[in-house]
Amino acid sequence: MILTEEEKAMRDGAEGPAVAAAMDLLIRYGDALGAQRLCDTRNVAGTSTQPSPLKAKLVAEGGWHKAFAVLNLDCDDPVEIPDMRVPTCQLQQGFGPDSAGVVPYPKEFVELQSDAEAFYGRRGVNILATCTPYQVGNLPVRGEHCAWMESSAVVYCNSVLGARTNCEGGTSTGAASLTGKIPCWGNHLAENRFGTHHIRVESGVRDFLDWGMLGYFAGELVQDQRPVVTGEFTRPDLVDLKHFGAAAASSGGVELYHLPGITPEAPTVEAAFDGPVPDAVVYGPRERRAIYEKLNDQGRSTDVDFVLLGCPHASIDQIRAAARALDGRRLHSGTQLWIMAPRALKAVADRSGYTAVIEKAGGKLLADSCPAMSRVAPPGTKVFATDSAKQAHYLPAILGIEAWFGSLEDCVDAAVTGRWRGGLR
Amino acid sequence: MITLRGRTVVRGVVEGEALVSHETISGWGGIDPATGTIIERRHELCGVCFTGKILVFPGAKGSSGWSGFFQSTRLLGTAPAGMIFTVTTTKAALGAVVTRVPTLSDLDQDPVAVIRTGDHLRLDADRGIVEITRG
Repeated sequence: MILTEEEKAMRDGAEGPAVAAAMDLLIRYGDALGAQRLCDTRNVAGTSTQPSPLKAKLVAEGGWHKAFAVLNLDCDDPVEIPDMRVPTCQLQQGFGPDSAGVVPYPKEFVELQSDAEAFYGRRGVNILATCTPYQVGNLPVRGEHCAWMESSAVVYCNSVLGARTNCEGGTSTGAASLTGKIPCWGNHLAENRFGTHHIRVESGVRDFLDWGMLGYFAGELVQDQRPVVTGEFTRPDLVDLKHFGAAAASSGGVELYHLPGITPEAPTVEAAFDGPVPDAVVYGPRERRAIYEKLNDQGRSTDVDFVLLGCPHASIDQIRAAARALDGRRLHSGTQLWIMAPRALKAVADRSGYTAVIEKAGGKLLADSCPAMSRVAPPGTKVFATDSAKQAHYLPAILGIEAWFGSLEDCVDAAVTGRWRGGLR
Repeated sequence: MITLRGRTVVRGVVEGEALVSHETISGWGGIDPATGTIIERRHELCGVCFTGKILVFPGAKGSSGWSGFFQSTRLLGTAPAGMIFTVTTTKAALGAVVTRVPTLSDLDQDPVAVIRTGDHLRLDADRGIVEITRG
């Protein structure tokens, strides 16, 4: 890999041992990829505050400096961690102190996480505590090189915002935050950002449920390649695109998609491809039905004891929609309802009165985390229902529970009646 | 003996037994670092331990936590002895780097098709060569 004079100086210790370790990791990583060089980034989103037994052990051995060195720089030496060089946020994490007693999450993890927030925050990591940093102020400009983790955030960053990031990890984002550098490879290069597959919608994609199913279909079809979607659909909003991308990243590993006329790098279908437009794979009524059934093949009992909304983290409009659906109703005695949201938007929901409506119905609006990240659901949960294709994909494996997937209305109905009565309309 | 040539991802030389996965592997949610075992329910190797084996697989899938989970296998003493994968992605490349085991990619034949579980491998990632002796 070719290094600039500045990068060589960082590697050789001119900026201190932590930056040298960070540059060493980036060089090892860039060589492993076969990257030609590094590029500059001023936007990093990584994992740092998430608790784990391993992190607790490292902190006990050598404090937070050691935990950062090992887990965020892959460095064995005891280095002092300086302030972040470039704007950096963390992502979703475990449940916070305000969830204590509400969700069954270990107290020692809550405490470890609070300590982590103090350490990382003091060094300039913005504690956004959400998988959707773009919903709460971290908005890169088009073409900007980023270093982001979290599959649903990566696909949004690339596709909807037109910024450029690969799917980074805990060490590469840690190293990027201290150097402002990341390997210039993959999605950072214009030639790797054209579509690879053409999907034509012939079933009508009208709402949030449909966008999730279409995303799940696209991911299964293209795996980690780049779908371009045309055909019959109503104009998606932020929430639809968030859901579509998260579903495609779950079933396949999609990091970049194009919707001609809507997403910024595809003004036309021709512009989305580097060369002739390939023959389209049709997403018609039969495919739509098959995807719905696939997302619902992990449910048997219709007795629902847990309903989960907001994955990726809910927008303020999703919270409002849930509040409206719950207004004046009361949850079934055997069913719990959690809505996951960014902490900043929970504050808005509190101020707007939505939280009070949700809580009056017996539901909970929770911030910072989700059942997949914290690996907890309400005690005794056997069957859950969700409007998230991503959670329907992951949670049965993580928690060993059955899953139903459907619309917000079907999920709220399940929360109120304790029964799954959803279906494809 | 069969010899494959590839691109060095992480340098080093190791000998050991091959464990071949025909399916891509998830890190977060797909492996248990404490035991070095694949735990993804529908995976062909569900319940199989990769500790000390040379893991041969098509590539990485799933969460960006991939590298962190494989780094944890090194820190917990359950890591594979080496890796050979077909498709280079950021997850697999960074995962191999922080697992710090000899690793090759971009081989001249599909390693998942050529190598069988139980084969004895000599993985020379310094020279970009893997020598396969049928087990």
